[in-house]
Amino acid sequence: MSTLPAAAPDAAIDTDAKSPILGRLRSLPGQFSPRFWFALTLTLAVVGFGFLGPYLTGVEDPDDIVGGLYMEPSAEAWLGTDNFGQDVFTQLIYGTRTSLIIGVTAGAIATLIGVVIGLSAGFYGGIVEEALMGVTNVVITIPSIVVLILLSIAIDSRSIYAIALIIGITSWPWTARAVRAQASSVRTREHVDLARLNGANTFSLMFWEVLPYMLSYIVMAFVLQLTSSILQESALSMLGLGPSNSISLGIMLFWALLWESVRTGAWWAFIPPTLFLTLIAFALLLLQSSLDEVFNPRLRRS
Amino acid sequence: MTQFQRYVFKKAGWFLAAFVAALVLNFYLPRLVPGNPVDAIISQMASGGADSASMQNIYDTYIKEFGLDEPLALQFFTYVGNVFRGDLGTSFALYPADVRGLISEALPWTIALQLPAILVGWILGNGLGAIAAYKGGWFDRGGFITSLFLSSMPYYAFAILLLYLIAVRWDLLPAAGGYSFGTQPSFSWSFITDAAEHYLLPFLSLVLIFVGGQAIGMRSMAIYELGADYVDFSRGLGIDDGRITRYIFRNAMLPQITGLALSIGSLVGGALITEVVFSYPGIGSLLFKAIRQNDYPVIQGITLLIMAAVLFANFLVDIAYGFIDPRIRAAQTGS
Repeated sequence: MSTLPAAAPDAAIDTDAKSPILGRLRSLPGQFSPRFWFALTLTLAVVGFGFLGPYLTGVEDPDDIVGGLYMEPSAEAWLGTDNFGQDVFTQLIYGTRTSLIIGVTAGAIATLIGVVIGLSAGFYGGIVEEALMGVTNVVITIPSIVVLILLSIAIDSRSIYAIALIIGITSWPWTARAVRAQASSVRTREHVDLARLNGANTFSLMFWEVLPYMLSYIVMAFVLQLTSSILQESALSMLGLGPSNSISLGIMLFWALLWESVRTGAWWAFIPPTLFLTLIAFALLLLQSSLDEVFNPRLRRS
Repeated sequence: MTQFQRYVFKKAGWFLAAFVAALVLNFYLPRLVPGNPVDAIISQMASGGADSASMQNIYDTYIKEFGLDEPLALQFFTYVGNVFRGDLGTSFALYPADVRGLISEALPWTIALQLPAILVGWILGNGLGAIAAYKGGWFDRGGFITSLFLSSMPYYAFAILLLYLIAVRWDLLPAAGGYSFGTQPSFSWSFITDAAEHYLLPFLSLVLIFVGGQAIGMRSMAIYELGADYVDFSRGLGIDDGRITRYIFRNAMLPQITGLALSIGSLVGGALITEVVFSYPGIGSLLFKAIRQNDYPVIQGITLLIMAAVLFANFLVDIAYGFIDPRIRAAQTGS
């Protein structure tokens, strides 16, 4: 996936080596499979539900007590009420939003750290690479769920951004490893030498000559990080270590499990967050795998 | 010293570093809890109405055990010393039960649940993935979407749905616990059938998810290998299909074997919530309870166990890889 395709004919005339992506992007839309559009629509629908939901259904406070314990779905409460008598549908909207915010923040943090470390290691090589990859290998072997548990009990008040930060700083190593491998192969290309002879400094070499060749990979890594961050947040929340005073899909499940809604048959309390988590993960992984097929022709089969 | 020995030593060095880092994290993070964990638990007990003489007694036990009256560095060495003697401390919530006892009571349940699930899921998943890659067509397309859906489904979400549909809605299997309430674990026939009934649902919830993940991994590895140069070359040489297939799957299996070893290493911490969902008496349920009761010694004991298992499995995989794959050995030793 790191070789430049001879895709667009005008790319040959285009000596603008700074943006190998541009030439590629022009020929992209035709390469997107129906699977990609399906995944994208699904993802956008979930995002729309979380962020536009309150405006479409009338702004409501998810903490309002609207009824008794585990009331069945009705015209007033479309998905019934939970163990506190709060409206499940409103909770679902805000829960989806929190989960997405945590996922995007944590995914961005993890991708950023991973790219900076991987790029520096791969580009500089030598002792810098040894040291950075040493740290990466140590972090990679310490299971992140353990660090998450320990960090979460150490922090007194856990905001959603604190949780996102904790998840972000425990999940970057895979990205760093993969980015390093790519960076050290791109580094040896001729165009990098050319730019170096032209007097470009190290930073601009890394940023303009190496990074653009990995953009497609970084986008995919971000989608994966985003997905796993959402799932990690809900796992933490279900263990009772989620963000305090907020609603996420995992926290909804935590209360549903603690109050035995599954065994008492109050399906409206746990089925919606369960299905939403699955839907989000499915849509994002499908998106990732269809992007992979576009960027990585070896996976495409005729 | 041969190159391979150097490789082993270097790896061992890194894993030692990782283990020290893990110990430091495990030691230090719970000590960041505002105040100190002992004060926190004592005030909790005081509001519960324990008398002051026994409270003082408990207080002294914990201060001594944690070495909280000593400097931090010394506390750390006390902690490491205790860990190596197998002493994981005393539970806060279930005083005076010791943590090692609690963990060794829970661990067999977790292993009995997960090890068979991982093995069965691995075998089935790899078989299906290989067939999908080789056959292509509708089997591949249908299987791929199903597997993607199954493997993208968080394992706990699937567990919740199974529990609700099969145990609650249709009432086919028991809905909670590792055995019926009121029975005592024993080697009688009635207990074993009872435990097996309770086992089936959590087991299924893990196996099906695992099959999906393995099948996807195997499929893409096999597709990748199917397009490799050596396959075309072998075809050109006129080597028969059966033999080529064997080559392909031998190459594709390598990462899958790593995956298997790593999942076995991470089995303790791999599906904590499954046990919570099914109220299954394992490490996950123990952790869930400990978190709600701020039982730091138990939490610490469990996190240490999870880390040690994962580090050990990783180390073994790296060493085994050095044996199996000469390319890796050569790259790692820099020749």
